[in-house]
Amino acid sequence: MQTLACPDCDLLQSVPDLPPGGKASCARCGHALATGTAGPIGRPLALTIAALFLLIIANIDPLMDLSAVGRHASTTIIGGAYQMWLEGQQATAVVVGFCAVVAPAGYILFMLVVLLGAGRTPVPRWVGEMLRWADRMRPWSMVEVMMLGILVALIKIADLAKVEPGIGMAAVGVLMLLIPAIEVNFDPHAIWHRVTWVEPKSSPPIADDSAPGTSS
Amino acid sequence: MAAALTAAQAGLIGCEHCGLLVRAASADEPGHCPRCGSPLESRRRQSIERTWALVIAAAICYIPANLLPVLGTTTLGSTEYDTIMGGVVFLYTSGSWPLALIVLIASVMVPLGKLIALGYLLISVQRRSSSSNRERTRLYRMVEFIGRWSMLDVFVDTFTVALVQLSPLMAVSPGPGVMFFAAVVVLTMIAATTFDPRLIWDAGGEPESRIG
Repeated sequence: MQTLACPDCDLLQSVPDLPPGGKASCARCGHALATGTAGPIGRPLALTIAALFLLIIANIDPLMDLSAVGRHASTTIIGGAYQMWLEGQQATAVVVGFCAVVAPAGYILFMLVVLLGAGRTPVPRWVGEMLRWADRMRPWSMVEVMMLGILVALIKIADLAKVEPGIGMAAVGVLMLLIPAIEVNFDPHAIWHRVTWVEPKSSPPIADDSAPGTSS
Repeated sequence: MAAALTAAQAGLIGCEHCGLLVRAASADEPGHCPRCGSPLESRRRQSIERTWALVIAAAICYIPANLLPVLGTTTLGSTEYDTIMGGVVFLYTSGSWPLALIVLIASVMVPLGKLIALGYLLISVQRRSSSSNRERTRLYRMVEFIGRWSMLDVFVDTFTVALVQLSPLMAVSPGPGVMFFAAVVVLTMIAATTFDPRLIWDAGGEPESRIG
């Protein structure tokens, strides 16, 4: 049992301890306040490690190959952003590079550090900091949007030349499913509950959300 | 359940990063979250002003994003330019209408819808409207969720340009519209994070009676 303020409408309410798979929504605005997950670390860690491997494959291997009248071309994700840069669209290249490479890699790496750090007792303070960075990266990681973009580009070009999807594209396809799978299986509240407080003196002996802390 | 009470009314602040409920030191200077150390804010600072600025900037960029070409195709010396709508029409005439529909929704309707929705939310909060709070919160969540998908066309253009480099036979290069389009997406995504949905509920209103 803990008392929370809804992030979307600020209503104070008590949230009971949830069974795995359970979900608590705000009584007023319907925001998902908390979810119950089976193990806070094991499953998301396995998914994050898998995502890390696929991230590497997706960024090294070509997404697709194109051939027309004896000429060949292929591209990787970074290659796409680099070509934009070369064509004088530096700002677009930076946005594409950030949303397609930096943010997904950042999210996966920060999550990996969080999950590895959360296994220690007590959970060190930097785990919280890393978790905040993972949260910051998440909205900008657009693997699924990029996948759809690649498919549309592929169909547009298919009329002009022979296009063959590469290994990189398969990796992007799996990565697109793994990132939301990490999110669903991960409960940030469970980590925050155990993390060492910045101000240890003002914290109650047991880190319990039901007792509002004081800030001085 | 007891009468509905918000954290702000109780002199408490829910930390935006870790969710801890903290008693504010004072209303003006709430201090830092004792657990995660991030600055506490009862409501996001200057939420309305910042969101308006971003929405207006995005609306201005939306015009060149749609009027300027996003792609130029050079075939044997002659270059043809395509705008975003041109790309949609191309997909439609080449027979893949489902894709044309996806690109039309993601690139034209979603950015425009986001600008209208954010504008509506801002105006309704400024007029201290207290009706349909739940629906407005849902609208906000939709804007937040759907925003990323309008980046679709930027990715389509990027990978088309990267692949079709078969000069002198055929080469595709990006047009100036892409940059404005990417700017619209980035600005509206930031606008969705500067807007504070709790402002919708601060005017009070009808749905409190539903809690019981």
